[in-house]
Amino acid sequence: MRSAIDRVRAGREAVGAWWQRAPRGVRWAVLGAVIVFFYALPNKEFYQYLGPIPTTGSNFGQVLFTISIYVLLAVGLNIVVGYAGLLDLGYFGFFAVGAYTVAVLTSPVSDLNTQWPWLVALPFALIITMVSGVLLGMPTLRLRGDYLAIVTLGFAEMIRLAATSSEFLRGQRGFNQIPHPPGRYADGTPVFGVLDPRPYYWLVLTLIILVLIGVRNLSRSRVGRAWVAIREDEDAAQLMGVPTFKFKLWAFAIGALIGGLAGALFAGKQNFVNSQNFELLNSIIILAAVIFGGSGNLVGAITGGALVAYLVERLRGVELFGWELYEFRFMFFGAVLIIMMIFRPQGLIPNRRRAAEFADRRREVTVGG
Amino acid sequence: MDINGLFSNFGELTTTGLTQGAIYALVALGYTLVYGVLRLINFAHSEVFITGAFFAVWTWQFLWGLNQDSTVSGLVAVGCLVSAMVVAALASATIASVVEMVAYRPLRKRHAPPLAFLITAIGASIVISEAYAILTRRRPTGMPTLVSTDPLIHIGGVPISAADLLIVASALIMMIILDIFINRSRIGRGIRAVAQDANTAALMGINKDRIILLVFLTGGLMAGIAGVLFNVRIGVLTYSVGFLMGIKAFTAAVLGGIGNLRGALLGGLLLGVTENYASGLFGTQWKDFTAFAVLVVLLMFRPTGLLGESLGRVRA
Amino acid sequence: MRQRLARVLGGVAVLALVASTAACGGGSDDTAGGDSCGFKIAFFGALTGSSAALGINENNGVKLAVEQYNKEHADCPVELVSLDSQGSPDQAPQLAQKAIDDEKILGVVGPAFSGESEAANPLFAEAGLVHITASATRPSLAEQGWKTFFRVVGNDLSQGPAAGIYIRDVLKAERVFVIDDQSAYGAGLADEVKKVLGSRVVGTDKVQGEGKQADFSATVTKVKNANVQAIFFGGYYQEAGLLRKQLTAAGVNAVMVGGDGVNDPAFIESAGQAAAEGTILTCLCAPATEARGTFAQDYKALHGVDPGTYSDTAYDAATILLNGIKQGVKTRQEMLEFVRNYNGQGVAANYRFTENGEMDPAEVKIWAYKVKDGKVVPDREIPKS
Repeated sequence: MRSAIDRVRAGREAVGAWWQRAPRGVRWAVLGAVIVFFYALPNKEFYQYLGPIPTTGSNFGQVLFTISIYVLLAVGLNIVVGYAGLLDLGYFGFFAVGAYTVAVLTSPVSDLNTQWPWLVALPFALIITMVSGVLLGMPTLRLRGDYLAIVTLGFAEMIRLAATSSEFLRGQRGFNQIPHPPGRYADGTPVFGVLDPRPYYWLVLTLIILVLIGVRNLSRSRVGRAWVAIREDEDAAQLMGVPTFKFKLWAFAIGALIGGLAGALFAGKQNFVNSQNFELLNSIIILAAVIFGGSGNLVGAITGGALVAYLVERLRGVELFGWELYEFRFMFFGAVLIIMMIFRPQGLIPNRRRAAEFADRRREVTVGG
Repeated sequence: MDINGLFSNFGELTTTGLTQGAIYALVALGYTLVYGVLRLINFAHSEVFITGAFFAVWTWQFLWGLNQDSTVSGLVAVGCLVSAMVVAALASATIASVVEMVAYRPLRKRHAPPLAFLITAIGASIVISEAYAILTRRRPTGMPTLVSTDPLIHIGGVPISAADLLIVASALIMMIILDIFINRSRIGRGIRAVAQDANTAALMGINKDRIILLVFLTGGLMAGIAGVLFNVRIGVLTYSVGFLMGIKAFTAAVLGGIGNLRGALLGGLLLGVTENYASGLFGTQWKDFTAFAVLVVLLMFRPTGLLGESLGRVRA
Repeated sequence: MRQRLARVLGGVAVLALVASTAACGGGSDDTAGGDSCGFKIAFFGALTGSSAALGINENNGVKLAVEQYNKEHADCPVELVSLDSQGSPDQAPQLAQKAIDDEKILGVVGPAFSGESEAANPLFAEAGLVHITASATRPSLAEQGWKTFFRVVGNDLSQGPAAGIYIRDVLKAERVFVIDDQSAYGAGLADEVKKVLGSRVVGTDKVQGEGKQADFSATVTKVKNANVQAIFFGGYYQEAGLLRKQLTAAGVNAVMVGGDGVNDPAFIESAGQAAAEGTILTCLCAPATEARGTFAQDYKALHGVDPGTYSDTAYDAATILLNGIKQGVKTRQEMLEFVRNYNGQGVAANYRFTENGEMDPAEVKIWAYKVKDGKVVPDREIPKS
């Protein structure tokens, strides 16, 4: 057992070292191959050769769309949790705000009755989620650690309860006939139709890549350095002249923006939004995904988001000893969280700087000490 | 807004608020004790509570052979209640210690950051509640009515039932016992010492791990009793009631000042009454919303709660 | 067993045969074989999650129908594919697509809830895969131009007024309290009841559904002080049971009236027999008739529990699809035609569909049932106006 773990560890380190040493050209080539792989993935002609990877209990293309939305959310939450070190348990609330804004502005059953096209509603959804991120952040970001987590959780629950109970947001009746994104093929059939999930997946994938480029640049800018400073020691950062509140607010707003984008995309694909879409468990799942993958590391967050969303669907329709494993998925998922945190708290693919912080802690503080 | 709805039901809403609040307070003790000692929000405490509630029902079902249609009274009812309280308290305390030993202790040994504790807590919470979900096939479980909820006495025209009295009285008694235990006993002194400064306490010869385990045990005992009282009040149990109870009890703990035992009682009662008034005023669908709003506003403006944080000291 | 089976299925089959012969111009006999074998039908609904009980009821009904069919056609069995949506709209598209991908699936029973229907039905409509819901009663589902949509129950607009009429004309209640669980189903019913009862409604409240609320004390207080003779609850059995139990415990003895969402053994189980006694449940199903036959016994024999809400309608929906396969339907297109022209007796009602997939209003019968000695027994038929 021990030796197996060591071997895995050694292998991972070897891969990491190779990547660091590899020439630029090779790195780009590998990256390109990975991107091509993911663009090709939803095609049945391709994934049928992948053995047990495609999900058996639900359509793989549709599942990939769900996974891509989770990845986008994980990337967004990674900014808040991973970079700025703010524990946000209500992140899914921003997803809800994005989806609902699109729904209210585009659906024919909405009280506003504006019935805008999806593309027109999109920028509004982004602005409104960003504003709501700032509005939530302003009063709450004075809090730290666990308290912040609980307040954000409270806010997300309030959004859900308000969505369920208010007339304007139509509760469980929801908004239907939300339009799809625009675009037609040469023969007149819409690109974003009802049945084929692939265009949506490709759209989200493209947006993920754009967001990643943006986030990566941001994290290496003054803003990113400020975030890391806040995460490592907020007081020290403040003393060194970092306007901590402002940068925390930025992290919140940008995270919210990405969450809102995911929500708007989801609404455009799903055609229907109601209060059942926004269970608290979703917020927790996304947070867990980021931490599982390795918070503070983009590749880690992506891996975490993808794995968590994928595993849940992969368990569907799998039976073991006559038990349908899907029934146990949440339990399994909870167990994974505990085991992960005990044996590898920095996540599957840690941020090197964060891993160092963790290692530091081992020598220093004890919780409750 | 239904001002009339509030005032015409004012008395009853207050009574329900207080009984509900008493249960919140008992559960809140678990959060407060653990937070006081470990500075940790034990997210899995809601499942400790639900464990007590389920074991109480199972005691009635399997030990006494009762189902939801059985009628019991007199000594049998007392026997049922007492046995259920013992079983539930033990079961809850066991689960609480298992959570501590499986999910938290290994993390402490590794000096993990607070965030990691929250994640394992969430994990433990999911595992336990899903276990009950699968056991009960996600259906509600019925149980006999042990304590009459018919009006027993009237105070100022407000009917008060035997169940109400039992709940408030048991909660108060448990709290008083706990208060004495923490403030007077040797072990209580140990708990306070660890809460003040764990490492120094360890240097003074206090076994830190044992004290922490004891804190989880005590919180579990209280939650188990709360589970029985919850059953007496509600009469039906589903696997999913833990989450809301947990979050409300936590709110109650923060409201009174987390880490502060007497604060938990005050916070619980206050929250119970507030949310019931709100449901009279805005409609029941806004009841939980109100509880969350109280929590959020409170944390933003007075995160130390009404009585301040303390389990032996004011937090620096 | 065999004989009882024959009686149930025989009646259905004969009627169906007649109907489809008239409509399609000839059906084959029911010895299917060769390339017409290996077909599947799917069930779409929540099998796990907090609203799973209803889905499990339906899935069990469908299972029974398939089991019975396979016993008769051992040489050419039909496979049941159960798709667990957890009742959540966001899972719906990928599962719908899964059913669409499998070309052997000729028809779907479900989606069980209205919310997931909104998300899944556009896909089914696009793919031309017929789907018969046994429980999604939101009226607007039939109005969205989905050619593949069918419903073997009446919608909320037929059941809601009936409950109101019962309260007004049979219970003769002058003071009524209306509660709903904010679900599309529950709130829809409650709104219809309020329309019928008008000023008799002296108080309303809303609670949380889907197992999210267990403590209804605030509602109980309001009901108690409103001093009413009847309570209408729009929602599902779980909340209804809790509410009834807590109402009775608080000394409120007014009759509770609920829709078919409450009509489940779990209601009596969670309310307790004493508290549940006298509760009126409206249902879009006629009581134990000849055709209903041994359904309840067979169901119990197979699953070990009594049939619950919508078990019978789901059974009927599955039977319609299975009859199609028996008739030699081989493609989705043929199945769609078959269902559209269907006319046959099921255990809950006689089925015939209107242009937009609703059950023929003439066939919608609404009965009031009463809880008596821990059993749901028929009370009377409710007139439609």
